[in-house]
Amino acid sequence: MSEESATIGKGLPEVLSAQLMPKHVAFIADGNRRWANERGLPAELGHCAGKRALVELTFLSRKWGIKVVSIFAFSTENWKRPKEDVSSMMCLFQELQDFDRYGTRISCIGDRSRLPECLREVINSLEEKTKCNNGLHLIFAINYSGRFDILQATRRIAGKVRDGKLVGHEDEIDENVMDEELQTNCAEFPCPDLVIRTSGEQRLSNFMLWQLAYSELFFSHKNFPDFKEQDYVEALVWFQRRNRRFGGP
Amino acid sequence: MDGKRKTILFKLFGSSVSFMRRCLFSVLSVGPVPNHLAFILDGNRRYAKKWNLGEGMGYRAGFLSLMSLMKYCYELGVKYVSIYAFSIDNFRRRPEEVQYVMDLMLEKIEGMLKEESLVNQYGVRVYFIGNLKLLHEPVRLAAEKAMKATSNNNNSILLICVAYTSTDEIVHAAQQSCEDKWAAIQSSVNIKDSQDGEEKDTNDVIKLSDIESHMYMRVAPDPDILVRTSGETRLSNFLLWQTSNSLLYSPKALWPEIGLRHLVWAVLNFQRAHPYLEKRRKQP
Repeated sequence: MSEESATIGKGLPEVLSAQLMPKHVAFIADGNRRWANERGLPAELGHCAGKRALVELTFLSRKWGIKVVSIFAFSTENWKRPKEDVSSMMCLFQELQDFDRYGTRISCIGDRSRLPECLREVINSLEEKTKCNNGLHLIFAINYSGRFDILQATRRIAGKVRDGKLVGHEDEIDENVMDEELQTNCAEFPCPDLVIRTSGEQRLSNFMLWQLAYSELFFSHKNFPDFKEQDYVEALVWFQRRNRRFGGP
Repeated sequence: MDGKRKTILFKLFGSSVSFMRRCLFSVLSVGPVPNHLAFILDGNRRYAKKWNLGEGMGYRAGFLSLMSLMKYCYELGVKYVSIYAFSIDNFRRRPEEVQYVMDLMLEKIEGMLKEESLVNQYGVRVYFIGNLKLLHEPVRLAAEKAMKATSNNNNSILLICVAYTSTDEIVHAAQQSCEDKWAAIQSSVNIKDSQDGEEKDTNDVIKLSDIESHMYMRVAPDPDILVRTSGETRLSNFLLWQTSNSLLYSPKALWPEIGLRHLVWAVLNFQRAHPYLEKRRKQP
């Protein structure tokens, strides 16, 4: 982690083209527990290994000029989880304080109200501290649900209509209005170009829904802690070969 | 005599293939059978190019594959089949191509209404899902007629998504939810005024169930499997809300090349993942 910000965009593997790099890559980071189970280790060590993989992937993304990286920390979707998940999240966010010196901006999306107070405070302060950074934007989806995101956007729109900030005429509530109210509106590129899901499951598990309308979906059999640089390159090479038509000609 | 013998042989062959298929489906049915299959019919134009056919022939070949696949699905016991027939994005294609597809749809919808059609043979109720106002008028009228004509069929359901995108569906549902709950939303302002200035948001007024009740696809449960042919793995704005827990399957075959083996493979994968899915569904 000793590269300075001057190396951003450089050091791209030869097989990749700088012009075809995705602006926003999303990870469904599945398989930390499975990784630990396979080795007869406790789940916390799986999360630790997952954290290391995350740091590595973030570093590579910044180096290769990707603008936004989102992480769906899949196993934390349900908050009736054991304490170990909370403490490993705390560790992760403490470590992320370091990212500030690389100009990384950190945001969290999801329903924060049910997180423990200590974790909420760490997240809030990290967001505040890094909000003016203009390097890589790292978005954590914690206790996030694509359906809930759409619901909260609808409620915000209803509030604006009530307060006269948006006329309740059918033509006024359109897809752009919805885009602006989704939790990903904090990002310059809110919609992932590429989604990578690890551990072999071929589904989206209520991650972003609206934002994934035209995303390319890459499924890797490897568990998240085993997803290394060569796997990332493979996913990016695959992405760059796609013929994205967006339904048009 | 020779011609007659050939006909008999063909019929025998056809019957034995059909019999073997039914046996295969009986074996598959020992495990859980998906209730709802959704298909993105991708690859018709590439198929036409591959075989040097006129462009429109790709769509016609695709239609034949659709008929076979529907038959297999209903024989297997799948209750709901959804297809992404025409996206709102597709209106941006060349006008001649759009017109061709509209004419083909009209022709096939009218064919559906005939007694000997597959839809009547299998007792299929048909829904046309999407922003139907965007369709060419004759197609829209034919679609409405077909929905009415099949409304008493109750063996299985076919959902044909035309002039559809998921984002359009969601915006429409959000709009309708706001309109329905408008009185309650407004009265939340009044409550704020009468109490001691406490901030009252619209938080509790609109619920997830409100949005779901206004989705075009509310007539069917969420798909168990979403199949997209031609090897592309993206949703292209199809059923984004409904497929959050669906198994995604992307065979490399182009849509007109899809066959029984792809359906069987999809079902086997579904059966393999089923215990995990059920466990997740039961979680609070």
